[in-house]
Amino acid sequence: MCSDLLAKRLLVVTGKGGVGKTTVAAALGLVAARAGKRTIVAEVARRSDVTSAFDREGSRPFEEVQLARELFHISIDPQDALEEYLRDQLPPGPLVDILKRSRMFGLLAAATPGMRELLTVGKLWELAQLDRRTPGADAYDLVVVDAPATGHGVAILKAPRTFAAAAGSGPVARQGTIIDATISDPAQTAVVAVARAEELAVTETALLRSALHEAVGLELERVVANALEPDRFTPREAALLESQRAHPAVARALSDHRRALRQRAQLARLRKLTGHKPARLALHAGGADLELLADELEAQLAA
Amino acid sequence: MTSLAQRLEGKRVVIVAGSGGVGKTTASAALALGLAVGGARVAVVTIDPAKRLAESLGLEQLGNEPRRVQTELLQAAAPDTKMRGELWAMMLDPKATFDELMVRLSPDAQTRDEVLGNRIYRELSSAVAGTQEFSAIAKLYELHHEGGFDVLVLDTPPSRNALDFLDAPDRLTDFFEGRALKVLLTPTGIAGRLLGAGTSVVFGVLKRITGVDLLGDIAVFFRSLGGLVDGFKERAAGVKALLSDPVTTFLIVASPEREPAAEAIFFHDKLREAEMPFGGLIVNRAHVVGAELGQPEALCAELDSALGTSLANKVADSVADLQRLAARDAVSIAHLSDELDEPDPIVVPMLDGDVTDVEGLLALYRHLAGDGAARG
Repeated sequence: MCSDLLAKRLLVVTGKGGVGKTTVAAALGLVAARAGKRTIVAEVARRSDVTSAFDREGSRPFEEVQLARELFHISIDPQDALEEYLRDQLPPGPLVDILKRSRMFGLLAAATPGMRELLTVGKLWELAQLDRRTPGADAYDLVVVDAPATGHGVAILKAPRTFAAAAGSGPVARQGTIIDATISDPAQTAVVAVARAEELAVTETALLRSALHEAVGLELERVVANALEPDRFTPREAALLESQRAHPAVARALSDHRRALRQRAQLARLRKLTGHKPARLALHAGGADLELLADELEAQLAA
Repeated sequence: MTSLAQRLEGKRVVIVAGSGGVGKTTASAALALGLAVGGARVAVVTIDPAKRLAESLGLEQLGNEPRRVQTELLQAAAPDTKMRGELWAMMLDPKATFDELMVRLSPDAQTRDEVLGNRIYRELSSAVAGTQEFSAIAKLYELHHEGGFDVLVLDTPPSRNALDFLDAPDRLTDFFEGRALKVLLTPTGIAGRLLGAGTSVVFGVLKRITGVDLLGDIAVFFRSLGGLVDGFKERAAGVKALLSDPVTTFLIVASPEREPAAEAIFFHDKLREAEMPFGGLIVNRAHVVGAELGQPEALCAELDSALGTSLANKVADSVADLQRLAARDAVSIAHLSDELDEPDPIVVPMLDGDVTDVEGLLALYRHLAGDGAARG
């Protein structure tokens, strides 16, 4: 199962805000790199002033930075993507600079519905090509996308299709069609949904499943339940704890147990609504250690 | 210690901001409910498609106008609490709100139909970052100017980036001003010639890159938009002014986890840059460990006879886990407090389960208000 996942070109990691998409995407990247895949983790529309899951201070946005053996990282900004696209489409020279500086051009690019999403997905697609357009760039085996939350994440995947339809003809329509063919091909692109075992996060994962299907005809490839709390007590133990509930530490343990029961119910719901047995990642008190998370993820994905 | 009441003194618009997943919607609802119980006429505006707020308040559905939450319902859920004010709630439909605004700003029926029917316009809400956010603030502005409420509480949309919210009025104004593009789109006109070669190059490249049909659509869109741009700009300016008005305050909600904490710091920086009023920090879902729990090592021995060694160890593990989480959270809260220059953040402990009913909201409000009875 794990190797199936790593055999894709694009792994899109999305889910509700705050569930730990970035961390899971980073851990997935590490799993792939360990398996010998030349992998790049692409963070979409990430701000440079927020520490990323990887320690890569001082690097410029849009730079492909090597983090570890076979593991790279890039932060994708639509403005950078636009400039790269222009350089790519136009003969080298002052023209590119004129356009870059042109307020009108920036305005129109921003004003064109879905343009930012298209430029972003275009760059993701470029990263996934064996024959890269970026001069001197080597190919990657796998691109792991740390995508925005559910709604915007789906909008990005849908952009090429929307554009191909809206533009009708011309290079954008052509390219939109090509990119969409990669995005909507389950052999090349897989979506990994990250959730927590909480009601709203599970509900949103179910919505993601249907939105994804509707937008680009893709199904969820895997579901990851992140930040799970320990589920320690058997029913017998819980009954014994009840008898000693006057003790504050026991009362505390009982409250843990009640949370664990709710968590179980939500995991079952997640499974039912997505049709997937979720991979489980534990909540780590000291903040997530990536190597450790990658270990867990490896074991879970192989299961 | 600054109480919540002091923080909100004289405020009529409370904007609750923070990243997704930190309990913003619940905090907004709890705040509104608490203020209403205290005697104010309060409306809470949320934009969340999961209808969380509707669920917590036992409303079947929320419309695009505030609806009053039935006092009987509150009374039934919390018989000891006397509701002295009024609680109103609305689930914002961003698209409908934006459409409404366009209809109102349109000088005539033809403009209205052209704009609403345009393909570019219909894509607008998903395409231009900040449209949802703008709708939310515009609604707030409207409610504020109608003057029917003592306090308005806005649960901000779950933006990835706080700037989507704060910049929304400017960004939308920029977009609408794109009518200037109309000049470029008719290059045969005198304006096109005057603008010179640079412009025609831009135009040519755009045509090549984006495809002719799309440009045609944009041209039609901006032409029909022409009649209502001034009205829109005026409204956007009013909306923007409301964000920095002295009657407005921003409460930032975070959790001690890394990303929400980073987002809170980022948002606070942006507030300060924009000179918008910061009212306080709420750190939600904090792990708090009471001294009465005892030390894990001692617990094993203490509980051994009552529970047996194995179970006593598990209880000790559970307390040890909590201590680790509490220690991590304390570091994060201290960092937040420092970065936001907020010596006295409101810390809400991880509650036993999701807050989904009125009772839970009232308990949460007691935490927010720093009511001693609710601590611990």
